Parts: sequence; C-alpha cells; structure tokens
Amino acid sequence: MSSMEVTNLTREKLRKMFAEGKRFDGRKLDEFRDLKIEFDVSNQAEGSARVRLGKTEVVVGIKLGFGEPYPDSPDKGNLMVSADLLPLASPRFEHGPPGFNAIELPRLVDRAIRASDVINLSDLVIEEGKKVWTVFVDLYPINDDGNLIDAASFGAIAALKKAVLPLLDKDGKIDHKTKSTNPVPLAKDIAPISFSFFKLGDSLILDPTREEQEASEARITFGISTFEGKPMVNSCQKYGEDLFSQEEIEKAMSLLPVKFEEINKKLKSVL
Amino acid sequence: MAVKKDFKRADGRKAEDARPMTAKVGVIPNADGSAMFAFGDTVAIAAVYGPRKLHPQHMQNPTKAVLRCNYDLLSFSVGDRKRPGPNRRAQEISKAIEWALSPVVDLSLFPNTVIDVQIYILQADAGTRTAGINAASMALAQAGIPMTDLVCSIAVGKNDTNLIVDLSKGEEDFEEGEGATDFAVAKPANSSSFSLMQMDGKISPELVPEATKLASKVCEEIYEIQKKTLKDSLLPSEQEKGAKK
Amino acid sequence: MKNEINEAHEAVEDNSTDSSNSSEPVERRPIVPGEVIVSGEDFLPGDGTRRDGENVLANRFGLAEISGRVVKVIPIFGAFIPRKGNVIIGRVADINFSGWMIDIDYASSAFLGIEECPRFINRNEMDQFLAIGDVIAAKIWGVKSKGIDLTLKGKGLGKLEGGFIFRTIPSRVPRVIGREGSMITLVKEKTSCQITVGQNGWIWIKGEKIEDEIKARKAIEFIASQVLVSGLTEKMEEWFENN
Repeated sequence: MSSMEVTNLTREKLRKMFAEGKRFDGRKLDEFRDLKIEFDVSNQAEGSARVRLGKTEVVVGIKLGFGEPYPDSPDKGNLMVSADLLPLASPRFEHGPPGFNAIELPRLVDRAIRASDVINLSDLVIEEGKKVWTVFVDLYPINDDGNLIDAASFGAIAALKKAVLPLLDKDGKIDHKTKSTNPVPLAKDIAPISFSFFKLGDSLILDPTREEQEASEARITFGISTFEGKPMVNSCQKYGEDLFSQEEIEKAMSLLPVKFEEINKKLKSVL
Repeated sequence: MAVKKDFKRADGRKAEDARPMTAKVGVIPNADGSAMFAFGDTVAIAAVYGPRKLHPQHMQNPTKAVLRCNYDLLSFSVGDRKRPGPNRRAQEISKAIEWALSPVVDLSLFPNTVIDVQIYILQADAGTRTAGINAASMALAQAGIPMTDLVCSIAVGKNDTNLIVDLSKGEEDFEEGEGATDFAVAKPANSSSFSLMQMDGKISPELVPEATKLASKVCEEIYEIQKKTLKDSLLPSEQEKGAKK
Repeated sequence: MKNEINEAHEAVEDNSTDSSNSSEPVERRPIVPGEVIVSGEDFLPGDGTRRDGENVLANRFGLAEISGRVVKVIPIFGAFIPRKGNVIIGRVADINFSGWMIDIDYASSAFLGIEECPRFINRNEMDQFLAIGDVIAAKIWGVKSKGIDLTLKGKGLGKLEGGFIFRTIPSRVPRVIGREGSMITLVKEKTSCQITVGQNGWIWIKGEKIEDEIKARKAIEFIASQVLVSGLTEKMEEWFENN
C-alpha cells in the first residue's frame, strides 16, 4: 500500500458517489464487507480470534493472569484491553509512543464490553481482597484497510466467548501445559460489539475502506449489546471536528439495531 | 555424523527431522511484501515496507538503503502474557535477524532510504527467530527487493548428548544430562557460509561443525519450500485471488 | 487539455512498455533470487541477473526471460525507480516560496518549481494554481540524490480535475500500458474513459459515468494481476465481453 495521503480529487469523488449511494466496491453505504472469523490463532492464548473485514484483519488474544483487586472493589476481578498498532499492519503505523488512535481503539472496545455487563467481574475473584483474575484482551491489527474499531470489537467478543480459565497446578501456579475446558464466566446472551458511522458531506457510511475512512470528516462509534433481550446502546464516542445532526443521529439509531442483528447472527453462527 | 538415527523424540520425530513446515506469501495486503512461515506450532508473519523515506535524516546512508528489522512476540503467543512492546531479548534478536538477512540484500539501488522488515510471532513453540527469518526472506523477495539469494534458517541443538533438529519448547526445556542446547543458524541458501549463529547450552567443540553441517542439510528442505511458495504465488489462480482481496 | 492528458502515457520511454505481446513468443518462468536461470558463456546477463562462472543467476524474484542471448528477470513486485522522462502522478504535499513539494509515493520528495509551470504563476497566488491535496500529472526532468525535479511543461501534464486515482504495483505499469500503449488504448476504447498511467503506479481515470470509471479500474486491476499470461490482448477482449 502506498503512504500517499488522500487527495482532494478522491475526497470530492467519494462525496459525490456517496450522495448517489454508490461506492467503488459496489457496496451499499451501510453494507459491511465480507466478515470472516476464525479461532485458535494462538494455542498459547486462553482464547483467540482472527477477524477479517474485506482486507482489514485484526487478531485478538485473551490471556488470564493473577492480579490484585483494586482497593475500591476488593470483590472484583480486572479487565484490561490493550492494542498495539503494529507497524506491520500499515505504512501509517510507526514505532514509538502510541498516538491517539492507538489509545482510543482499546478504550472504545473496553467500554463496549464493560458497559454491557457481559463479564461479571465478581466471578473472577480467587481470594477476596487479595487475588483475582485479570482478563487481558489484546488487540493487534495485522492489516489496516479501514474500520479497525468495529473489526477489533467483533474479534474481542469472539475471542472472549471462546476463552477458558487456566488450570492451576499443585503449587497454585498457572499450568500452561494443560488446556482447561472451563469457560471464562460470561453472560450467555450478551455480545457487545461496536459500529462506527463515518461521515462525508451529508452521507453516513459503515465499514469504510482505508481510503473512505481517510476521506471522511467525522466518525461516531456506538457500542451495542442486548439487555433483557432487547438491543441496548452501551457506549458512544464522536471523533473529529465535524458535527452530527439530529437527523443523522436518528438515521444511525434506526440502522444500528438492524446491523447489530446482522453481525450478531454471523457471530452466533461461528461460536 | 553425530546424529543417532534411532533416537526417538517425544513427538515421534527422528533426530534430523524438522517439524512440519508451512509457508505462504502475500498474507498482509498493505505491505510491499509479506509472508508466513510455520514450524509446527510456531507461527511467524513478516511484512516488508519500502524502500521508503527514512527519518530522522541523520540516520540516512547516502550510498545505500538501511535494512531495519523488528522482531517481537504478540502478547498471547506465549504461556505467561508478554507485555506488549519490545524488551531486550526482542531487540537483540531483531539485530541478529538484520545481520542474518543483510548479506543477501542489495541495498545499493536505494540510497537514503529504509527497508523495514517487521516480524511478529503469533504462536510460539520455540524456533521463533528461525521461522521469522524464513518468513522475512520470502517477504523481501516478494517485495521485489534485489537479492543475491534467499536466506534459510533452522535451529539445531541437543537433548543431553543427542543432536536434534528444530527443537520444540518441550525439548528446549529438557534438563537431564547435558541438558538442552539450542543453536539457531541461518545461511544464504546457495552458500556454505552462515549469517546467523546464536547458541545457548552445552556442546563440545567437535560437535559444533557437525551441528552446522546438519543445519545446512535441513536448510535445503526449507529452501525448497520457500521457492515453491514464492513461485506458486504467481500462478494465475493465486493472482486472481490476490486481485479480489 | 483533455486530449493531451489522454496521450500522456505515450510520453514514457520505450523501455517501460511491455514486450509480452511481441511477435516472437519468449519463454518466461518464475524464478527466485540466487537461482540459476541458464548455463553457458554465450548468454548475456541483463536486468535483475548476474554471472557466476558458467551460470547466469537471478538477482530478484520475478519472471526469467531468455530472449536470444540476453537473459533478464522481469520484476513482478517492486518499488518505483524514478528515471528522467517518466510521467508520474503525485499529490501536492506542501507549498513554499519557490514551488510545490509533491508526494510521488517514493522514498525521496519531489519538487515542482514555479518556473516549471506552463504559464506564469503569481507567487502570491500559488495555491490558486495548485493547492495542498491537489493531484498532478508531471514529468521527471531531474533525479538527484536528495530529490526529484518535476515539470508540468509538456503534452498531457498538469493538474488533474475530476475522476479519481488509484494505485497499482509500479512494476506492473509496463504490463498495464502494453506494447506501444496497446493495452491501455484498448481499455480507453472499451470504457470511453480518459486514463493517465503514472510510472510510479498511480493511475488516473475520468469518464462520463462512474460505472465506466469503475469498469476501467477493474480492467486495469485485472491486467495487472495477469502476470503469467501470454496473449493478454485476446484475454482482455474476452474480459470486456464478460464484464
């Protein structure tokens, strides 16, 4: 891939095309690319998944480790979501201290998971006030062709749903050699994922390619799951200087449950 | 040769057998060249970007490109979670990989630029740097970088006094007798000289040349896999797949 | 201007067009670096090869071709190497008092001096002629160790307006252009689009309808993907019938 930034030409072209409801790859504005999910990226992980959205690829691994509970919540385990934008995945990513995108990505995934209550952190206590499980969710883009946040959120829940609690040996240490079959305790019917709407001109699109994403002027990301069987928005974050209008929010909210249903169905079919 | 033909290993391999090897090129569409290489449960991916601009400017070389390698483990590729980001081990291995690859790469065509080689381990079961070098060598070729040869890499070593090829994690942790020796070797495929030699353990002086000789033999197998994988990637069916991706 | 841009690809040097459609079919086979292509003192090692005793070896991954006595390796992948006379497509990255810095997707930067514009430009109004983010088709007139010099003086060069640009692997550009421009001419005829192919791998397409433009892009991507195919012109005729 080239490192050339998006040109005025391309931005204008996309603005016009989106206004007519068209995209270069023939998709509708709200249509996702082909979604593929595989598991067992690493047999060393307690759970792992590889998500492909078109050419975008993210791998997610779950590790469990011993931790100490926070003083204000002695009866709760820990959840820690991190991301590393590997320079392998894009000519845009560089070594060095994380930029804003590398900080925002795991935070958005973290908030969507946390607020959905899919993990009851109280289930992760080994010894109250002293020893708990820390669930590490590590997100690694392998190829960035746009929409990393949504792809990472699909990967995170897919990997979590497959994750197991490690076995302990006779000294109480984690036994890495034997694979346990005890799943990490999760609420069965909840699967938080996120959807990012990108805005260019007056158009909203979902699942942008890198080029579409770079041409867009703003983004709004919603975390969504279910509560008592009904779709429930769990988190929201607007990115960029452009505004979102009342109408655009309404439009997004009418699309969100439909898209959630669609991706959820796909997730359930592979889990 | 000091290989005991009848020596049986825990996973049933013969002493001079590498684990099953798989390889693929073009695994990272954004990259100028990319490849995956696996020895059994050890899986490495490599991406090459460049030649491209090198910052800061004072690092530029006006006579040739700079080859810059980066090797690291993904956090969940190992038993205890590895904290993301390179540690000293990763930095040392990155440099050793740079030295392993640079003898075959012709950097003179691209002064003042950098060729970045990014290697990450998805799943680690020993032999990660050797898998990484095999992947990186294919990725460099696929990126169209001028090269005099491909580089092949394998670990040879010992369990007690038995010379063995491509140690698994279990064999690396072997503790009886002389214990475990791990000797990572790389060489240009068509040369009889070595570009990577890193060893830990206990090995007698007369056994060292035996070990490198054994490594050379296994490198021939690796070379065949690299060649086939690269060439097959040009077949029309593979190309159309690539175009659709 | 329109017609001129149409012809820009023909300004490229002869050595950057494809010889795959030449009358004499030559054998091409995949080869990896270090492999022996052919043995014999008579053969002449060409691009991407070297001699080692009796043998001619490959110095890069690609397709080995023996044409008479000359042996070479045709690159399939690889970076753009700028040469004087190349037409490239670039993006205006910055403006300074004497000209424009142009991103041509290469490891060193390119510069377009204000005096290299086809008409007089007032120094106070440079961004009205070319603003940051604009796209140009330009020609390389100088390659120095620290940078590349561009000009807009010449047929088919200038700011590109309308349409869109996309990238192909630079080493596939000769294939896309075809022998004496035959391949790209075919795509233009079949899609009624204006097309400029930059040697740096960037391609500009502009048509009446977006459907035509997308078809032209798909056709070019298909051509670029057919690395082992001979008789590509016939195959493309067929492609256009099916697409």
